[in-house]
Amino acid sequence: MQSDIKRLSLILLFAPFALWLLLLIILPHIGIVALSLREKVAPRVYEFGFGNYIDFIQEPIYWNTLLRTGSMSILVTILALLIGFPIAYYIAKIAGKRSRGALFLLCLIPLWVSDLIRAFGWILLLRETGVVSSFLQDIGLISQPIEFLYNDITVIIGLVYTVILFMIVPLVSTLDGMGDDMIEAGYNLGGSGFTVLRKIILPYAMPGIVSGCIVVFMMTAGSYLTPILLGGKNSSWFTEQIYDQFITRFNWESGAAFGFLLLAFTSLVVWLGLKLTGQTLANTVAKS
Amino acid sequence: MAVATQNKALLIGYRAYVIAFFIFLAAPLVAAGTFAFNDSLFPALPWQGFTLDWFFNDTEPKLGMFHDRRLLRGLYYSAVIGAMVSFLSVFVGTTNAFLFVRGNFPGKNFFYILMILPLVIPGVILGISILVMASNIANGVEDKLNIELEFLRPGILLVVLGQFSFITTITSLVITARLKKFDYTMEEAALNLGATRAQVLRTVTLPFLRPAMIAAGIVAFLVSFENFNTTLFLVGSESPLTITMYDRMAKVGSTPVLNAVSFFLIVGSGLLALISVVIQRDKSGG
Amino acid sequence: MNDQAAYDLECTNITKDFGSVRAVEDVSFVIPSGSFFSILGPSGCGKTTLMRMIAGFEKPTSGDIRIKGRSVLDVPPNKRNVKMVFQHLALFPMMNVYDNIAYGLRCAGTPKSEIEPKVRNVLERIALPDVATREIHQLSGGQKQRIAIARCMVLDPDVLLLDEPLGALDLKLREAMKIELKLLQHQFNTTFVYITHDQSEALVMSDHVAIMNNGRFEQIGRPEALYHNPTTSFVAGFVGDSNRWKGKVAEVKSDSARVETDAGLTMICKRREGEALSAGQAVEIFVRPEFISAKKDGAADNADNTLTGTVDSVLFNGANSRVLVRGPSAELIEADVVVTGGPEDLRARDAVRLSWSAQQTMCFAV
Repeated sequence: MQSDIKRLSLILLFAPFALWLLLLIILPHIGIVALSLREKVAPRVYEFGFGNYIDFIQEPIYWNTLLRTGSMSILVTILALLIGFPIAYYIAKIAGKRSRGALFLLCLIPLWVSDLIRAFGWILLLRETGVVSSFLQDIGLISQPIEFLYNDITVIIGLVYTVILFMIVPLVSTLDGMGDDMIEAGYNLGGSGFTVLRKIILPYAMPGIVSGCIVVFMMTAGSYLTPILLGGKNSSWFTEQIYDQFITRFNWESGAAFGFLLLAFTSLVVWLGLKLTGQTLANTVAKS
Repeated sequence: MAVATQNKALLIGYRAYVIAFFIFLAAPLVAAGTFAFNDSLFPALPWQGFTLDWFFNDTEPKLGMFHDRRLLRGLYYSAVIGAMVSFLSVFVGTTNAFLFVRGNFPGKNFFYILMILPLVIPGVILGISILVMASNIANGVEDKLNIELEFLRPGILLVVLGQFSFITTITSLVITARLKKFDYTMEEAALNLGATRAQVLRTVTLPFLRPAMIAAGIVAFLVSFENFNTTLFLVGSESPLTITMYDRMAKVGSTPVLNAVSFFLIVGSGLLALISVVIQRDKSGG
Repeated sequence: MNDQAAYDLECTNITKDFGSVRAVEDVSFVIPSGSFFSILGPSGCGKTTLMRMIAGFEKPTSGDIRIKGRSVLDVPPNKRNVKMVFQHLALFPMMNVYDNIAYGLRCAGTPKSEIEPKVRNVLERIALPDVATREIHQLSGGQKQRIAIARCMVLDPDVLLLDEPLGALDLKLREAMKIELKLLQHQFNTTFVYITHDQSEALVMSDHVAIMNNGRFEQIGRPEALYHNPTTSFVAGFVGDSNRWKGKVAEVKSDSARVETDAGLTMICKRREGEALSAGQAVEIFVRPEFISAKKDGAADNADNTLTGTVDSVLFNGANSRVLVRGPSAELIEADVVVTGGPEDLRARDAVRLSWSAQQTMCFAV
């Protein structure tokens, strides 16, 4: 009796989980893989083949875009970590009790502001008629308007800006869990600031760092608005290619192949990152 | 405070860096919000004086956001989609939390990883994969049975499903974390005091989870509201606000009414985020 | 039938296995109505499992549990009139004091008009009449304790189970709560079954104590009986402090026995009734420190057991002061002493003579 009830409730709990993952994640992904392996040989006639992938390899623009997206995303991830870690450390360990809560709140409140509004803000600041350009003219540093938009540096700044809070927030939680006494013991036992950072703080924060890096990398590689709006039409971001294939050219087979390639490529990078740092998905992302 | 801060100059430098960071964090948002109040047709300097026209004026060329039919419709669709997504994802998030905290079944760790996965799949791919599957089913049904399944074509349902597919991971993690803190003996105590299983769930376990469920619901609503990448591929004629704004930006260029919407969204999402943080703060200390 | 109902709780031959591990083995006991019964044992001895079986959270592998004479094996936990105070109390943090206490009444479907006076009444009986509207986190540790008891007592249970509820309190509060619990039990006149690993809690509060070890009951009895007449070496060692020697029986007389310890000492010890001892048998000997008198060397007396040694250290603790004496076999022996602060007091390195009677020398075959 008792065990029947237990089994029944387990099944009832498993059902929504299974439906969700199967119908919305697993089957759709199998679907795009299948679609990507279809070649159009004539109108409404398709056959199995790797044509879409061969097209990708044969057209340098495509794989260059993917490599560019990947390498810039890695760069953005590293920058977000380098800029964000000291901020997280300050909030978790150096700020006084009251300002700690306030600073963390300042990070949490804008967390969910749309990419679109963020990019829009940067456009207003950086475009030729924007705030920065006007300001520099007003103080006489430059004589005519300067366009700060539509270059790679701006795209990278914008991307770092969009994702950095997703690096800082999990880092603050991780560092918060580390007792001050551990750091003090490190100093007490004669460690220099750098040794303490390298031997105590970083290893302790590693799950949080890796978790932040994975989320940030995936968000960057999958972002669409920020590179388009700040980089202009020539931003060459891979999601743009997918959009182009799907919506503009209506070539779903090729778009599906691109989508699968993006997923495979980013997963590979994440997998390599996990291997290099000796972490697993379960003890990093799941904890944040 | 933990670090022995003998070096005053270093600490001052560190503080300056933190302040600079928060200025960096605020600058674009302040820029996007402030120009909503500039009495000018363009969101740019110089400052022409304060106005609320971009919110409330009802005539062109300075049509305020609360009189702009298309923006209002976008807001409405966003709210409807957000409410549906947050309801669904909190429901499944709660059952997932019970499944993984209380359940014991083979392959639990594997399924747990599977549950986290949607969070690290790029939104674009979630969008196209759901679009492809829905279209395949709709086309198949149309070819074989000659029935047009309108709801499987891009539109509100697909947008809701697409967002639900990854937001559920977020709600599951939030609610799971709370359920893990639950002291199991409280359920035994309630049983011991004569409550039935259903009463225990209703009067003890769910009230304990309520703050996390509300917070997860708010976060789900916010993520749904701001989502663009997944939505872009699934949207039909009922565009939510971010899509409407993007269209406006691409076609009309930046106009201060977009600043007004931005201001509205920044303040709104900030307030909701604040509420979710406050709710989750545990007054009884867990 | 009549004499069965005289017991609030009866357990007969209870055994519980978890897989291949036997947590509780063949435990039987009865508890007379209105008494305070403690189960005392080291952690992991199976006492919590036993209590969870009484409350209905676990099912015994074999044996029977009867409450007021009626078997409850098929009664689910939420239908048993046995209430439990949990180790960490398990008060509901999302309800205030009133709702916590009213919880069981509401579950039972008691009309609203009856709930209010009942809650007021029980709050008065635990001497906290004004806390009804407080939140749980606003209460002190001792108040929480009393609310947890009130929450059960308002349901008028046949038996109240308490699972080490004082464990989380600090020492001073724990001392005060011991007395308070005893008074509460008198006041409610309900059978309390109290589980603990702390012997002073069990000895101070209980009418009867069961000593549990490795899933079995070693001995059940009044506190003073357990202390003075333990029937097993585990009870002798677990209840109270003892000096302990291992040895072999050298000679058996009608009411005493002579034992050679492994370290080469000779002691005369009492033979307990019915204890079969034979020469050459391995035994353990227990002598409580308060029965050993320690005097400066020279003063001869004719005690059954004497030995000489040097004071290793004096452990001053007011009325409970003690000396550690290094005897002829180099082991340390504890003896209680009175420290007056005068020149007669023993000091480290003094030569002393220890003596105690055979009556206070307990001997158990191993």
